Amino acid sequence: MSYEAVIGLEIHSELKTKTKIFCGCATTFGAEQNTHVCPVCLGLPGVLPVVNKKVVEFALKAGLALNCTINKFSKFDRKNYYYPDLPKNFQTSQFDLPIAEHGYVDIEVNDTTKRIRITRIHMEEDAGKLVHAGDTIKDSASSNVDYNRTGVPLIEIVSEPDMRTAEEARAYMEKVKSILEYIDVSNCKMEEGNLRADVNVSLRPTGSEMLGTKAEMKNLNSFKMVENALEYEIERQEEILEDGGHVIQETRTWDDNKGITLSMRTKEKAQDYRYMPEPDLVPIITTDEQIAAVKKTLPELPDARRDRLIDDCGLSSYDAGVITNSREMAEYFDAVIKQNVDAKLAANWIMGDLAKNLNAAGKTIAESPVSAKNLAKMIKLIQNNTISSKIAKKVFDEMWQSDNDPELIVKEKGLVQITDTDAIEKIVDEVLLGNPKPVADYKGGNTKSIGFLVGQVMKASRGKANPAMVNKLLKEKLSQ
Amino acid sequence: MKITKQTVENVAMLSRLNIADNKMDKYIEEFSNFLEYVDVLQQVNTENIKPTAHVLPLQNVFREDIVKSSLSREAALANAPEQEDGYFKVPRIIE
Ligand SMILES: [Zn+2]
Repeated sequence: MSYEAVIGLEIHSELKTKTKIFCGCATTFGAEQNTHVCPVCLGLPGVLPVVNKKVVEFALKAGLALNCTINKFSKFDRKNYYYPDLPKNFQTSQFDLPIAEHGYVDIEVNDTTKRIRITRIHMEEDAGKLVHAGDTIKDSASSNVDYNRTGVPLIEIVSEPDMRTAEEARAYMEKVKSILEYIDVSNCKMEEGNLRADVNVSLRPTGSEMLGTKAEMKNLNSFKMVENALEYEIERQEEILEDGGHVIQETRTWDDNKGITLSMRTKEKAQDYRYMPEPDLVPIITTDEQIAAVKKTLPELPDARRDRLIDDCGLSSYDAGVITNSREMAEYFDAVIKQNVDAKLAANWIMGDLAKNLNAAGKTIAESPVSAKNLAKMIKLIQNNTISSKIAKKVFDEMWQSDNDPELIVKEKGLVQITDTDAIEKIVDEVLLGNPKPVADYKGGNTKSIGFLVGQVMKASRGKANPAMVNKLLKEKLSQ
Repeated sequence: MKITKQTVENVAMLSRLNIADNKMDKYIEEFSNFLEYVDVLQQVNTENIKPTAHVLPLQNVFREDIVKSSLSREAALANAPEQEDGYFKVPRIIE
């Protein structure tokens, strides 16, 4: 029997506020353990939490950017459970009246656009961090808790179970990350846990409308992890069902080193969060005027930007997608083409040599040693035939080292392309004289040997001869 | 809803409370009384009454996103039953 996976994601994203959601403690990452804590976030008796205005503003922004309806009446609730990373023994979250509901994002997988519905977005506080004495939580006799992260504001974005493959889940998470970056509400540094996903997956016979029993994997903080964990879990459940067994509803942990999911038996027998309205926080009322005002602050979002690059710049859907996936890259691209250079050439250089060098150096495009201005200048030199694409690679490497003006580099290193017919002809003649065999081959019908001759001319000119002219001249002379 | 020993045990477990066997009957009775009272409340006609989200006539109480000083680590850990290297130390979590 063939099965179909049904996948839903809950994405937790830390908001980039300066302070926590209910108190004035700093949210800075990497502080010494238990130095960003106060009576409010430690949940000491008698304290009064007050909502950070910025959190609501960011949540509204995210809600609108993810095509949600804003709940004009929203409130906080207590989600009760016991875990040592939660000093209050409840998490302040939102239950029945989240800030935003009924949204969607569109993803592109295999050249098809698919709409993934978003059930809801709610605001909540993050929990603390556990440090285990042993290698894993399972073989630790005790654990240590750092409450610095407790109370850091989060939005939780809950999707409908609309994804069918690990690839779609990854594309969805990438899209959400991209949108959150564009609207600048989260740092989205996955290695710092700014963006993590709880993933649930079940299988059902292909074509069936019923839902199978699902397993959940929590706290996956990279796209690769989401994809790998899902692929593994889909295969695991398929094997169980094939053998006539039943999948158990449970939380499983993803062991990234071993590449497997494992059952996680916690002391909590049955999850029952016993939500209750938070008596210490009052409702949040949002007006139409406020919603309209937030809407105005939204920048051009990835989809709109991609369409613009396709329609106005003639980029392929794929290239436009890659470039607009990251706001930084999209802005760099815009800065380059503002200098009136060929958009496709710009896209090739940015996605090619620049991206390759950035990856190798572990840098983001915002930290690129090559400025958009200088890259644009270099592309212009290619366009006006001052340098060939091959020489441009040399110029680019120089720019990567120094970010010098490419015109200067070309001049200093004597890299100007030879477009003078006489000069090229001279080299061509020398090469023809010096290579009688390939010449004879060509004349005898083996036209492929021209490649060798072109190579020799380019070599003799130290790459500076205009390749198109070399080709043309060689052909003319060989057919004489 | 009928309150049984199992209901009380479950609520106790969720609240991390130990209930001695000889107190069980007492709790079953008290729980039943609470719920009977809730049944009385359920009879009130609330058709035209908005659900109460909060008892105070307040809304939109916010603070600015400005950093205030936190506690010193010593003060934060002062009431911890156990501590280690500036952390709160807790017993083994997973069974
Ligand atoms: Zn605090």
